[in-house]
Amino acid sequence: MVAYLIRRLINAVLTLLVVTLVTFGIFFMVPKLTGSDPALLYIGKTADKVAVEGIREKMGLSDPILVQYGKFLKGIVAGRDYANGPDVQHCDAPCLGYSFKTEQEVTPLLMDDLPVTLSLALGAAILWLIGGVTAGVISALRKGSIPDRAVMFIALAGVSLPIYFTGLLSKQIFVNWLGWLPEGNYVPFLESPSEWFIQMLLPWITLAFLFAATYARLTRANMLETLGEDYIRTARAKGLTERIVIGKHALRSGLTPIVTIFGLDLGALLGGAVLTEAVFNLRGLGYQALQAIRGNDLPVILGVTMIAAFFIVIANLVVDLVYSAIDPRVRLG
Amino acid sequence: MSRPFLEVKDLNVRFETDDGIVQAVTDSSFSLEAGKTLGIVGESGSGKSVTSLALLGLHRTRSNAKVTGEIWLDEQELVSASDADVRGLRGGKMSMIFQDPLSAMHPYFTVGSQIVEAYRVHHPGVNKKVARERAIDMLARVGIPQPARRFNDYAHQFSGGMRQRAMIAMALVNDPKLLIADEPTTALDVTVQAQILDLIRDLQAEFGSAVIMITHDLGVVAELADEVLVMYGGKVIEKGPTIDLFQRPQHPYTWGLLGSMPRLDREVRDRLIPVKGSPPSLINLPSGCAFHPRCPYAGRNGDRSFTEVPVLTGGVHSVACHMPPEERNRLFQEDIAPNL
Repeated sequence: MVAYLIRRLINAVLTLLVVTLVTFGIFFMVPKLTGSDPALLYIGKTADKVAVEGIREKMGLSDPILVQYGKFLKGIVAGRDYANGPDVQHCDAPCLGYSFKTEQEVTPLLMDDLPVTLSLALGAAILWLIGGVTAGVISALRKGSIPDRAVMFIALAGVSLPIYFTGLLSKQIFVNWLGWLPEGNYVPFLESPSEWFIQMLLPWITLAFLFAATYARLTRANMLETLGEDYIRTARAKGLTERIVIGKHALRSGLTPIVTIFGLDLGALLGGAVLTEAVFNLRGLGYQALQAIRGNDLPVILGVTMIAAFFIVIANLVVDLVYSAIDPRVRLG
Repeated sequence: MSRPFLEVKDLNVRFETDDGIVQAVTDSSFSLEAGKTLGIVGESGSGKSVTSLALLGLHRTRSNAKVTGEIWLDEQELVSASDADVRGLRGGKMSMIFQDPLSAMHPYFTVGSQIVEAYRVHHPGVNKKVARERAIDMLARVGIPQPARRFNDYAHQFSGGMRQRAMIAMALVNDPKLLIADEPTTALDVTVQAQILDLIRDLQAEFGSAVIMITHDLGVVAELADEVLVMYGGKVIEKGPTIDLFQRPQHPYTWGLLGSMPRLDREVRDRLIPVKGSPPSLINLPSGCAFHPRCPYAGRNGDRSFTEVPVLTGGVHSVACHMPPEERNRLFQEDIAPNL
């Protein structure tokens, strides 16, 4: 078990290393290939030659690519100093460089955005998990009934309608027409939990609706398959009540695949929910990524990519460990 | 006059499906005394498993299933009984061993916990420790070595034979008066099959249960059963004491079954004689005698085989066939018996 864990952790680190290599390669090779100069992106096209060379020296942009990559890695692990003669700027680990646009350090920039994305993803995850799984189970138990058909119709709508449609529509209805929820901006949880909750409600519901639809369909299919299994017949043949047959024997296997999907979905969302954040004006990682892409701000794009990759790799690891705990047929080794 | 321990009268099971009504069991009647073994034989789709599931009331959870007739177990009628009453008997007074123990056991719970669960549902006052001891005791009784250690294993960690033993332990944990074994040896190696059959026989002697052995293997029936029921197309077409049925089989289908059974004392050059054709569709049964499309003698009875459903007649050893008994006996003596 411990050996397995260590091996998985080493694997995770290696995966992240590959991600850095690829993203670094893409983001720092692209300007070279397209003929744009990162130094100019930092300082602006109107700057004089001396200033440009100064920046180039300070950011290490004239080093060979491998040296640049080595410094980039060192920055993530141990922090780094950007120096041009006496002009030294220290960037703490994990250092992801400086934004072209604002010349701020990328790491603190992203750390400021992280709570917003965390709030959005975790809140929505709780909603869709409860809503989607409950709907799916009810649907499976009442297969062919009116509630089943209703749930599946709504789920189809949920899967098909994009966030920018459901988001804008719900905003129009609940904020502009009904006035039940305030038009506004993100309020940090620590500042005012109730305000935070009210502000996040609509984004949560919108994002959760999309995922809940998928989860309802998945849960229904899994439950129907499980209910046809021989061991469910055995459970009934033992004289167990339907409540135990469904609630213990069927749910246990019917919901196991959901764990995998849930971990991966949550991991992916923690890297930023671009559309939801854009629609509801939430300054999270997804919003930041959008801004960075629009402004060609390569270091920020690189940073967001790294964080997103980090969450996905961690989610994968957690899912595998949880899975081995709930399915005894999965042997660790 | 008291009823037999188990008496089934005019049992009908049908399922409404998108393709039409599946008449899985038609007008089946049979009975079984305590301590005796009844063998039910037939091809896949002959209605033998559906019959056994009907005894346990397991069709009740299927909304498209309709069961009619009477099932009397120990003076209690089950078809009209409430769900709760039948559930109370299931796994207690009557229990079942399933065909494939790997898929019939829950993969996520230990074998021991599944036996404990079966015990405690019928003994609500018993605490976990006592139930655990009972389960380990049962595992030991069915011949599982190191039962206290195996208690914590999962079904996939057992070998096929051990798994079926555990399944039997689970079925017997509440001392059932009626034990239904649905093809208990089909998924097992031949060497293990004999062990499992011996085990069932020994445990039956010990517990005094009535046993229904469902199988397509006539060898199993010959070895274990006191009485045999032959089913075809959802109907009982022949029934009688085992020895009698093997010595003087009456129905051409039974002849076919016996002819297709490999025997060591048969000359190697003789080929097995399969029953020609395939089992009938239960949605659209052939008219008259359901066996007529496959029966070599159907033409001998005029139109009756094609228009009239034969009735089970003949007392202890009875048969549903339009052929006159004398002709059947003559055919068997002259044509069939020498080739068996």
